[in-house]
Amino acid sequence: MKHLKLLTNPLNDENPITVQVLGICSVLAVTVQMKPAIVMAVSVIVVTALSNLIISLLRATIPPRIRIIIQLVVIAFLVILVDQILKAFLYDVSKKLSVFVGLIITNCILMGRLEAFAMNNRPWESFLDGIGNGAGYGIILIALSTIRELFGSGSLLGYQVIPEGLYKLGYVDNGMMILPPMALITVGIMIWVQRGYNKKLIEK
Amino acid sequence: MKSLRRYIDRIKPHFEKGGKFEKLQSTFEGFETFLFVPDRVTTSGSHIRDSIDMKRTMIVVVIALLPALLFGMYNSGYQHFLATGDTRPFWPVLGYGFMQVFPLIVVSYVTGLTIEFIFAQIRGHEINEGFLVSGMLIPLVMPVDVPLWMVAVSTAFAVIIGKEVFGGSGMNVLNPALTARAFLFFAYPAEMTGDQVWIAGMKQGTGIPDGYSGSTALGELAQNLTGRIPADLDSFLGFIPGSVGETSKLAILIGAFILIYTGVGSWKIILSVFAGGLFMGLVFNAFAANEYMALPAYKHFLLGGFAFGAVFMATDPVTASQTETGKWIYGILTGMLAILIRVLNPAYPEGMMLAILLMNVFAPLIDYYVVESNVKRRLKRLKRSRMVEEGKHNPE
Repeated sequence: MKHLKLLTNPLNDENPITVQVLGICSVLAVTVQMKPAIVMAVSVIVVTALSNLIISLLRATIPPRIRIIIQLVVIAFLVILVDQILKAFLYDVSKKLSVFVGLIITNCILMGRLEAFAMNNRPWESFLDGIGNGAGYGIILIALSTIRELFGSGSLLGYQVIPEGLYKLGYVDNGMMILPPMALITVGIMIWVQRGYNKKLIEK
Repeated sequence: MKSLRRYIDRIKPHFEKGGKFEKLQSTFEGFETFLFVPDRVTTSGSHIRDSIDMKRTMIVVVIALLPALLFGMYNSGYQHFLATGDTRPFWPVLGYGFMQVFPLIVVSYVTGLTIEFIFAQIRGHEINEGFLVSGMLIPLVMPVDVPLWMVAVSTAFAVIIGKEVFGGSGMNVLNPALTARAFLFFAYPAEMTGDQVWIAGMKQGTGIPDGYSGSTALGELAQNLTGRIPADLDSFLGFIPGSVGETSKLAILIGAFILIYTGVGSWKIILSVFAGGLFMGLVFNAFAANEYMALPAYKHFLLGGFAFGAVFMATDPVTASQTETGKWIYGILTGMLAILIRVLNPAYPEGMMLAILLMNVFAPLIDYYVVESNVKRRLKRLKRSRMVEEGKHNPE
């Protein structure tokens, strides 16, 4: 039960993006289309889960004064691994994601989880927490990219969804959806909707 | 009138607490105060009591907009028939323009007011009056030819994201009408960039010869061509293509007089926007490195939406600076930025919209520093007078 909470809490009540507002930068950058967003989501899940696990295993031996640099080394190692794998097997997506895979290193969600959770919890819990937080990030990424690709390019996963007939009637794709400001506004609307039904999140 | 009042009084109890239509209270209230001046007045505190309420203020702005609107209708028809090469008498021209512009107004009001009503009901607030003006401004800053669904989408965006998110009329940071236009500008750039002239009926190709379409005067200037700048008199009277309401500077001037005379619009802002624009224009004239820079400063006022923005958009009491000194700073910066964007950024041939939106964001900051400096000055004065007092007492 407690373990399940580790997985599900970050999806809603403690969502890294809509509640803690971390990692917004990459959210705006990689969500123009669904495919890169999904790849990005999976990469982040892998990196959060494994880095949480490794740091949790090492936590007793890490001297507190240099813990940040050790956390960074672990994250950087994993990110480079993910980056190389993407380059080898998903070259076109990896090109679209460009620097943003590398920038997972600076994603606040990772450092936040390592500092707040993995440093004082056992490996299994830390691993689950990593997957949960990565998934919380991924869910928003995928939802956002669905909206942006559908209204911005009229397609989903690269396949045309909005029928040709509608374009002939005068429908035009919304160019603002492709621009980062609209991504930020859409995240804002998501936060709004989430707070609309999740009463726990409303500050007094 | 009396019977209407009596009817409203009769159905009123149904809408009050415990009545049959309790849920629709704010809708009812909105209609009642729209028709009659509310009977409630402030009862406590040191408020100035005036018979004018928000709805009456807004109506003044709508009246001030009427000349620009009527002329915009006529000009839409005039430009259309000019392009097709027909000559028609006055009334059919106005009629054609009316048929083009009227749907824009209807769509803007219906979309905006529907959203306002829904939000008012959900929140249990009164209905915000602000949209009475925004709903009229939105069609006036649109190209005549814009598809109606785009008007609806951008109006919805402006009302929800530009206004309701911040808490409704009076809380918004950005001018709603300009937010709608900016949304259209960035979301559907093909319709809005302004590098093509806007003439009603051009897209359907109804008898307008190919090749008539061309760049707007400002778009040409951005590419260093001076071929299409209209004569001063034409652009003053408004017989040039453009957004519905922006073309006739004469009609805008009439509107400006109404706003200033009734005290609804701030003359300080209007004047300082023009002053800022003139200053920037003269600065560019001094360099005159290209055709756009060399354009005589006063011509900037006659082209594009500069005058319309200065009179109707920059003066929006909610989004402009509130302090008197702040109004000067806000206005001058708006005017300067508008010309700066126009001349230096070829991607945005029209700078007024972006300049006003940017200054809307800065208005609260300007106010903050104006108030702060005032506080500081008065504190210093107090200190000095104390020192003088002490100085008097000391020798004795």
